[in-house]
Amino acid sequence: MAASSTLAVSVWRGKESGRFQTFEVPRHESQTVLDVVTHIQRALDSTLSYRFSCRVGMCGSCAMNVNGRARWTCRTHVAEVAAGDRLEITPLANLPVIKDLVTDMTPFFDKWAKARGRFQGGRTRGHDFARVLPESRERRLADAAIECIGCGVCYSSCDVVTWNPDYLGPAALNRAWTLLNDVRDTDNRARLGAVAGDAGCHACHTHMNCTERCPMKLAPTASIAGLKRAAALAALKGELGDAVTK
Amino acid sequence: MSDGGLSIRAQVLLWTAQRASAVVLAVCVIIHLVTIIYAVRNGLSAAEILGRTRGSYAWAGFYAIFVAAVAVHAPIGLRSVLSESFNWRGASLDIAVMVMALALALWGFRAVYSVFI
Amino acid sequence: MKSDFRARNHPAYWAFIVHRASGVLLALFLPLHFWALGQALAGEAALESFLRWSDQPLVKFAETGLVLLLAAHLAGGARLLMLEFLAWRDWQKSLLAAAAAITLAAGLAFLLNIV
Repeated sequence: MAASSTLAVSVWRGKESGRFQTFEVPRHESQTVLDVVTHIQRALDSTLSYRFSCRVGMCGSCAMNVNGRARWTCRTHVAEVAAGDRLEITPLANLPVIKDLVTDMTPFFDKWAKARGRFQGGRTRGHDFARVLPESRERRLADAAIECIGCGVCYSSCDVVTWNPDYLGPAALNRAWTLLNDVRDTDNRARLGAVAGDAGCHACHTHMNCTERCPMKLAPTASIAGLKRAAALAALKGELGDAVTK
Repeated sequence: MSDGGLSIRAQVLLWTAQRASAVVLAVCVIIHLVTIIYAVRNGLSAAEILGRTRGSYAWAGFYAIFVAAVAVHAPIGLRSVLSESFNWRGASLDIAVMVMALALALWGFRAVYSVFI
Repeated sequence: MKSDFRARNHPAYWAFIVHRASGVLLALFLPLHFWALGQALAGEAALESFLRWSDQPLVKFAETGLVLLLAAHLAGGARLLMLEFLAWRDWQKSLLAAAAAITLAAGLAFLLNIV
């Protein structure tokens, strides 16, 4: 499988400003990019910082830019991406760099909160179960977007985030769309106000970087389009509030 | 975020106006492109153009709608470009966009009038 | 950090670049277009002399470019309206191909009629 015995790996060292350091890493069959980074940290330079947890594509911790594209390193085989036996690994874009390959995800998750990404129910434990038919339109729309694990690949790939740091980004908006389609949720009027306008869904230019790169094959662009329509309708009816967007 | 700028509702209505004007423009541009390609077959002449438009309420009405739609559509698009590429945001941008819209509309209506009379 | 062209190299992003560039250029061209039509205020002869000026090959070449820009912005815009307002389409790349085809067809129809 391995085309040659070693791989030249350029790894980002430092913070926002820094430099590339190149390592020679032996190639193995079925080697993932995360295996490569782990080899560097364990065998070549123990000061390298990176983040991972599950190693099987469930937790979303190990996303990095590999040869310029945001990916889960644990689910990316070296053979798929190593053009000419070279790899370039940098931290996710659009997020502050803490050190080397580790970014500060705080702005990313703060925007989930700002988009009112938390479920708000109207029932108590005294109530009976809510009945949501699996084949209902809302349930199917929520289903299509719900598998997001919050890895930040879309946020890192989105140009609108780069151009407008206030923009909520694909993941937070996708989350808002799933809740908008949750018939049990009682916070949707405020949520729609929070996700609309120039820093919300209406800033999206349908570049589809998010949809192109999402490792879960979700289509945040479609979710954002749904929010655009819902919020435009609410604005026309005079039902879109400003109160919650501080 | 929108310091001194438009309310969220106004921002959304701008987006809505741009999409609504886009639908009108889609129809207008199809007619315009067909007219252009029809008109250039034997070369353009002022006599041919003005023969078509002078005194024609139908063409004047069509071009007036066309100009109005583009005066809504283009400045809202430029507003995005100016904020994203030149980091110009807030009330001054919105005033500039309004001025662009009015100037484009007036300049366009003048053109419509000049081929009508 | 910011990502570079490698993160953006896919068809929907190319479509965005075409849409934005064509939109800005058309917006810049419009005042000139309205000025040219306004020549008719001074009478048919004034408009005619402008049109004869525009017979130069370079101007005709530029006009073909303008037709391409207009057709591209129309077809790309129709695609965006479909993506935003109709049910999501898994075949959106085919939609993009159709938009490109319409643009080229309009450009050729103009070009072949003026040469």
